[in-house]
Amino acid sequence: MLGITVFGLLVLLVISVGLLYKSMPVIKEQSLYDLLFTSSWKPSKDHFGFLTFILSTLRVTFIAILIAVPLSLLSAIYLSEYASERTKKMLSPGIDLLSGIPPVIYGVWGTLVVVPWISDHLAPHFVDFSTGYSVLAGGIVLAIMIIPLIISIIIEVFAAVPQELREVSLSVGATKWQTIKRVLLLKSLPGVLAAVILAISRAFGETIAVLMVCGNFTEIPKSVFDACYPLPALIANNYGEMMSLPNYESALMFAALLLFVIIILFNAGSRLILNHITQRYQL
Amino acid sequence: MRKLEEQIMKALMLLASAIIMLILGFILWKIISKGLPSLNWDMVTKTPSGGFYLGKEGGILNAIMGSLMLITCSVVISILLSLPVALYINFILHRKSRASGIIRFAFDIMFGIPSIVYGAFGFMVMMYLGLQASLLGGIIAVSLLIMPIMVRSIDEVAGQVPRELLEATLSLGATRYEMVKIAARQITPGITTAILLSVGRGIGDAATVMLTAGFTDSIPTSLLQPAATLPLAIFFQLSSPVEEVQNRAYSSALILTIIILILSFTTRYISRKMSGSKI
Repeated sequence: MLGITVFGLLVLLVISVGLLYKSMPVIKEQSLYDLLFTSSWKPSKDHFGFLTFILSTLRVTFIAILIAVPLSLLSAIYLSEYASERTKKMLSPGIDLLSGIPPVIYGVWGTLVVVPWISDHLAPHFVDFSTGYSVLAGGIVLAIMIIPLIISIIIEVFAAVPQELREVSLSVGATKWQTIKRVLLLKSLPGVLAAVILAISRAFGETIAVLMVCGNFTEIPKSVFDACYPLPALIANNYGEMMSLPNYESALMFAALLLFVIIILFNAGSRLILNHITQRYQL
Repeated sequence: MRKLEEQIMKALMLLASAIIMLILGFILWKIISKGLPSLNWDMVTKTPSGGFYLGKEGGILNAIMGSLMLITCSVVISILLSLPVALYINFILHRKSRASGIIRFAFDIMFGIPSIVYGAFGFMVMMYLGLQASLLGGIIAVSLLIMPIMVRSIDEVAGQVPRELLEATLSLGATRYEMVKIAARQITPGITTAILLSVGRGIGDAATVMLTAGFTDSIPTSLLQPAATLPLAIFFQLSSPVEEVQNRAYSSALILTIIILILSFTTRYISRKMSGSKI
């Protein structure tokens, strides 16, 4: 059992070493700065600038967080503080299901609903033309995908806040909402933050659903109605051709490494906060 | 004033919850209404025949079988790896010991690694071993993807095994290994839910299999052949310009959704039953 446990932990190490090893050629050839902060993407000329993809990922994620956090926070407060047992029993299977739906289904729904809605109804108010396959479409689809994650973590965080604290606040005459605002939210601020960070890292790595609705166009998007090309989509779309060009494989592995490192850091940070919270209130 | 603020916030909360549920309903409704018209027996009983991607005869049996083979093997491998880990950190080590905490933390982090990275890693391993895109490659990547999910969910139920039970077994003269066996029997329903959860996650994931398992029109007969999978069948058919093929993508999506719905309800049913019979 110890052996298998160690093996499991080694996987983490092997992934990082393997990805680093594979991306070494491209890191050596171009500087790290060049890779991260230039946007010219010319695999045939052996030049790889990831800025377009990094910015695309950041923008899509930003929109997703902007939509998902308020909705999830409100809904989590409702579920943990106001909802009756019956309502909870009705809503929580829904949230479970939402987290269980495969990304590709979200992608299908996005192309059926979100993309045409943006191109026919929303975009014409703001820009001349948009296909609908855009930063915004990616952000909306992604938002729906991370909502269940944020809700379930925030509910856990709220549950870790001792009931007595709420009771004390109520007993000195505060209303329920005041208690939530001044006691519950204040106490669980780090936990809510951790949930958001976890959601960001989840959004960074989401591949197929975003790929299906964001247009995959190698140019830095000027508005939210423009197509974009996030990092995971880059890997997924090009793994087939990467063998034919020098350093292409290395560049794509670098993209995977980049995602891996950022996500590990974010995850580690938020898990540390969350562990701390649950331990503090546990007897 | 205080009451008004409370009312407004409460209304907003209700609204947010309602929006989330409506979106869920909207997604399900759209997939069902789009997928149902072209769903027929051929879809689930036939493999693609010539000209399938131009709208001719055939079904997606290749993808259904591919997905089933892939997930069955991955779940077996992954349970063999994760059950020992979960038992180890809960019963051999003390559940709240520092070492357990560190191991749990590592698996939590693995849980957060996106599937595309597992896919890229699987691809790397395959190249290292000299493999082409194949069922085996897919199995490696998907096993890694679902292993942390299993460790996490088994770990959760393992925490509910009463300490006294374990101490009682030990005091009756059982060895530590025998005690772990007793504990494992206690958490069998939990292991079932862990498996169902992983099946759901593994069967629906496209990014891992895209890089590792490839795609083919026939049902694989060996581990070294490429295998079609449901998410990719949906993805590829949807990108076709032919309307019939696109419609089939919607019904493939419906098939996958039905599988996920069944898994989700079974999981809920089992875990409810389990919490009912808990000591």
